[in-house]
Amino acid sequence: MKQTGAWILLESLQREGVELLFGYPGGAITDILDELPKRPELRHILVRHEQGAVHAADGYARASGKVGVCLVTSGPGATNTVTGLATANCDSIPLVVLTGQVPTKLIGNDAFQEVDIIGITRPCTKHNYIVEDVRTLARTIREAFHLARSGRPGPVLVDLPKDVIQDVTEFVWPEDISLRSYNPTYKPHMNQLRKTAEALDAASRPLLLVGGGVILSNASAALTELAHRLSIPVTATLMGLGGFPASDDLWFGMVGMHGSYAANTALNTTDLLLCVGARFDDRVTGKLSAFAPNAKIVHIDIDPTSIRKNVQVQIPVVGDCRLSLEGILGICDAKYADRDWKGRHAEWIADLKGWMQERPLTFHENGNIKPQQVIRTLNELTGGDAIVATDVGQHQMWTAQFYDFLTPRSLLTSGGLGTMGYGFPAAIGAQLAFPDRKVVVVAGDGSLQMNIQELATAVANRLPVKVVILNNRYLGMVRQFQELLYEHRYYATNMDAQPDFVKLAEAYGAEGFRVETADQLRPVLAKALASPATTFVDVRVEREENVYPFVPSGAALNEMLLV
Amino acid sequence: MKRHVISILMENEPGVLSRVCGLFSGRGFNIETINAGPSNEEGVHHMNITTFGDDYIIEQIMKQLNKVVSVIKATDYEDSPAVEREMMFLKVQAEAPDRGEILRTVEVFRCKVVDVSPNEMIIEATGNHEKLEAILTLFQRFGIKELARTGPLAMLRSKKKVN
Repeated sequence: MKQTGAWILLESLQREGVELLFGYPGGAITDILDELPKRPELRHILVRHEQGAVHAADGYARASGKVGVCLVTSGPGATNTVTGLATANCDSIPLVVLTGQVPTKLIGNDAFQEVDIIGITRPCTKHNYIVEDVRTLARTIREAFHLARSGRPGPVLVDLPKDVIQDVTEFVWPEDISLRSYNPTYKPHMNQLRKTAEALDAASRPLLLVGGGVILSNASAALTELAHRLSIPVTATLMGLGGFPASDDLWFGMVGMHGSYAANTALNTTDLLLCVGARFDDRVTGKLSAFAPNAKIVHIDIDPTSIRKNVQVQIPVVGDCRLSLEGILGICDAKYADRDWKGRHAEWIADLKGWMQERPLTFHENGNIKPQQVIRTLNELTGGDAIVATDVGQHQMWTAQFYDFLTPRSLLTSGGLGTMGYGFPAAIGAQLAFPDRKVVVVAGDGSLQMNIQELATAVANRLPVKVVILNNRYLGMVRQFQELLYEHRYYATNMDAQPDFVKLAEAYGAEGFRVETADQLRPVLAKALASPATTFVDVRVEREENVYPFVPSGAALNEMLLV
Repeated sequence: MKRHVISILMENEPGVLSRVCGLFSGRGFNIETINAGPSNEEGVHHMNITTFGDDYIIEQIMKQLNKVVSVIKATDYEDSPAVEREMMFLKVQAEAPDRGEILRTVEVFRCKVVDVSPNEMIIEATGNHEKLEAILTLFQRFGIKELARTGPLAMLRSKKKVN
């Protein structure tokens, strides 16, 4: 029996295991919308802006490990997904974004709501497709999901002209999928693993650097096992937080521009850096010529382009993080079973603990509400068990520094692209994936306003997302740059004119709380966390607090400004 | 900075050229010449790109090219036994007193005259990069009015050993 393109699309999505579609309607996709009610297992979440749809799908994907899916219309619907696609592309998040398109015969004629979204999104997707014939639709959807979730994951866009969606053909589902031009390397080269094991045996000050790849490849258990068995101290990039429990004795915090003194000093001192699934972003390395100056570097990454892109490494390992770590541990077990790793590294770990005590992550209390204190209180009240989403700026760094991430997929944050407005919609996606977990957004007053319209989405779906606003009425991170690097010349960073966030929440049918004094902080946060409603907590924090440590852009990691 | 000829086999799908060109421009790599056409296999196109870079840049270019989903295989022909040929058309100023010299030069380099007018000639030349550069230098003194080059085509030589 022949089926329409719309039918084939939805059947294909269900065969790929899709449960949720984040979407926004429009003329080019009405045939698909018309088909959706016939499939109640495919839930459509109506957002309030297409950017919100992509971030929500992204938050769903990060929290659950599944592919996030969006359905938007042509033209502006499609262009509004670009920031979300670029965000997911930078952080390697598996998404499939379906965009409507004008009928094939109108393409190129500047039709109403026509845009060349394939051209526009080529550099910010892993791959993209336009379906020009309904007979290739099922295969294209299959390929899109395969590409999104395999190898180094990423977003894939599929453009769907209206006539293709209306056209009919027999439905044929390709069970096997193989692309001659795409074969990611999962299994690492044995020789490289052996070299890594030998380097570990020869090292006296080894250090693990955990990146987002550890979380994406579900390598957290293997990594924790390796760290414990070989007694190796652990640090992480922003994307790697949660890949190793922050409660662990071997944990020394985040590295980089706002990394801990202990972690950055360890990078300067280590003689063997094991970088697992991180890509040496400039925010991580600081000045490249002074990065890990005493270290031999092992770099494990499934994407060969990450290796030697920024940092020269001595032992590259191309492969899946989990398989690589398990392989290294296997060799160490077989070859170096008699080594007293703990004894060997005791002095090195004592050094790190010394640095941690000497220069802990801290702040000066002065009776005002300190943003760091808000994160600490949140950490205590949630027991580190929440899914925490952030926007981008000072609050993001304080969350990374002061919240103890214990499990993978518990931090949702735009690490690579640094997208303000990401956190709230991402939290909506995560809450839909895990209706019974606590999902908390830590937002700045500036960045929250970039996607605040999604309040309606949260309320409409009765999602108990908690939004904690570290409200300093500034674009704080840029203000901090202006204070420290531009001699206090504040310009365009004062956000004094802002809505009453409590009233705004209430206007949408959500709950709003305000915290104005330090003694209100704990009880109000506790009350908000216990509420079954979508909740805003407007916390009036110290206005001109700075994030420390701070390595100015382009400086070496040992040139930290400290509290 | 060395000149490299890169050969790319890719799926012949709409937009595949811009995937490759966009990669070069987006990452700040140079393209000196580019050409593309069908290969011996249906649905597969063969592209040649000439680029410049140090070892580090060329390594990134090759890795990035092979990462493009539509690229089946990208190969750097530097240090490989490959044949390389490029074609060009030269429109030269050819006034009567110069014609003899021009025709002699054409003969020496085994070029062809493909069009003649009262004071201009179009000359077709084929050769590797160095040969074409030499021809250009020699014709410069007559005055080159127009130049079109294909960029090199390249192919690995077959193994000469018989098993």
